[in-house]
Amino acid sequence: MSRAVLLHVGVIALLFALQFVLSDYHHLTLTRVMILSVYAIGFNVLFGYTGLLSLGHALFFATGLYAAGLSATYWGFTAPTAFAAGIAAGLAVSLLIGAVALRTTGVAFMIVTLMFAQAGHLATLYFGDITRGDEGIVLPEASRKFAMLGATVDLADAGLRFNLALVLLAVTIGVSLLIVKRPIGRVLIAIRENEPRTLMLGFDSFRTKLFAVVVSGTISAAAGAATALAFGYVGSTFASIQYSIYPLLWTLLGGAATVLGPVLGTLVMFHLVDLASGYTTASLLVVGVVLVLLVLFFPKGILGTVRARWLPWLP
Amino acid sequence: MTAAVLALMALGLSLVFGVMRVVNVAHGEFFMLGAVTAWAISHFVPGHPAVGFAAAFVGAPLVVGAVALGAERLVLRRLGHDPEATIVATIGLLFILQQLALTFFGPDARPVQAPFTYRVVFPWFGYSGYKLFVVAAAVALLVGAWFVLTRTKLGLVMRATQFDRETAQAFGIPVDTVYAAVFAVGAMLAAVAAVLIVPIQQAHYLMGLDPLLLSFIVVIIGGLGSLKGTMVAAVVIGLSDGVISVFFTPTLAKILGTLLVALVLVVKPGGLYGTAPR
Repeated sequence: MSRAVLLHVGVIALLFALQFVLSDYHHLTLTRVMILSVYAIGFNVLFGYTGLLSLGHALFFATGLYAAGLSATYWGFTAPTAFAAGIAAGLAVSLLIGAVALRTTGVAFMIVTLMFAQAGHLATLYFGDITRGDEGIVLPEASRKFAMLGATVDLADAGLRFNLALVLLAVTIGVSLLIVKRPIGRVLIAIRENEPRTLMLGFDSFRTKLFAVVVSGTISAAAGAATALAFGYVGSTFASIQYSIYPLLWTLLGGAATVLGPVLGTLVMFHLVDLASGYTTASLLVVGVVLVLLVLFFPKGILGTVRARWLPWLP
Repeated sequence: MTAAVLALMALGLSLVFGVMRVVNVAHGEFFMLGAVTAWAISHFVPGHPAVGFAAAFVGAPLVVGAVALGAERLVLRRLGHDPEATIVATIGLLFILQQLALTFFGPDARPVQAPFTYRVVFPWFGYSGYKLFVVAAAVALLVGAWFVLTRTKLGLVMRATQFDRETAQAFGIPVDTVYAAVFAVGAMLAAVAAVLIVPIQQAHYLMGLDPLLLSFIVVIIGGLGSLKGTMVAAVVIGLSDGVISVFFTPTLAKILGTLLVALVLVVKPGGLYGTAPR
């Protein structure tokens, strides 16, 4: 095994070990952080590696969230099927949105994705009879329990939920690492650095970018479905602009175009907001200030800087 | 009336995009800040509501302009006006302004009294005098902006910077100063729009988002950076907004409008009137 793989296995092992020493409060926070960092990793595939800034990822996150939440509530899907439904919906939506939005570039791409996400957010409010809008839906208890290998699995159980979130995170890190190490990852980076030249070299840049949008959107949808099932709640807030901006913030903070950056960024940001909540209720103020400071003074993020200074092999 | 105010706000956004080639996501928050400042000023100025309104009409844009100038100096300039970094920074600005408004202004919607309540009565219907005043004021401001941009040296300097930044600099135009001024003026236009609208619509800390999206729509339909297109589009959209709302619920109208604009941008990246950005 190379040192890169060793490092990532080590991080996952560390997270596994942490559950035995953390207090209940931190245990729950870490569960949340792990699921949301899956979202950030998904965002990073598109933003960090491919260089496409989407301001509408909440659309994909909410697609997974609502597909899982609504199918569990209205059609009685149990957790595994609902999770699969979330991923399938995410795949379909990201394929559609990608095929349309990728016809634009640069600033137009950002605005188009922002517009689509806003339309999605409004749609969750418009179909308020089904989604209950801002108030949201609490998932039925039964849908979060399912039988596996003869035993009953209950997602309301904190320990179990922690480990399932860890499995999801581990799989996502694996997928991300795999993409980055394979030739396709090199092509993504080539597109980020110089798209016309990549095109000249004979790569189909549209299809490669579409691939990135679909992978990124599907991972985000998986994170959304996991959020719905793990915490038993779906609501319109998850589709709002804030949820498009959060993964950008986490990725920038941890280091764009590093596999572990989004995870670290999510963790640090949660901790920062936690610390700040001791002094002020204005958590969005912290988000805003950190964003501005990051683009001004720290554009590479934590792991990006570590890689540039000390560890050039970091994927 | 929506059309006139919308045109003012969209003109600000379009001006900033046209000259500086950056998208200001915090534009809606400058609008909100204008409304909130207008409330604060008119609240603390004693006497007849008209006095308070007049003070707000002058004061609020100045305050907002100063905030925008500060943001440009401290943040945007250091980023070298890189499009992506600027978007991220203005998103940060959006959150900061919104949260500060919530902290100091509170979560309630607060009204500003109209300077006068005269009602124009025609034989067949009556019309609020203030609304007519808003339209007149907005049109006057638009004509003023138009005149400055096309007929004065100042406008020439701006258009030169928009056309080719480096050549403009080579001809001795202080490009940095022009950028700072344009950013401040863009924000002030949003603030003026807010002051005009605030006696009709109350000031609220979340009021920035809808006008921001509407202005995006206007600027995109009109062509990114094309001022003529922006004005035409603002009038068309402002008027059609009312018409669409007759047939659909407001939320559905917003959904359809947003999707339509996204598709326009996909098919014609330069907007309907504009040329593709270079």
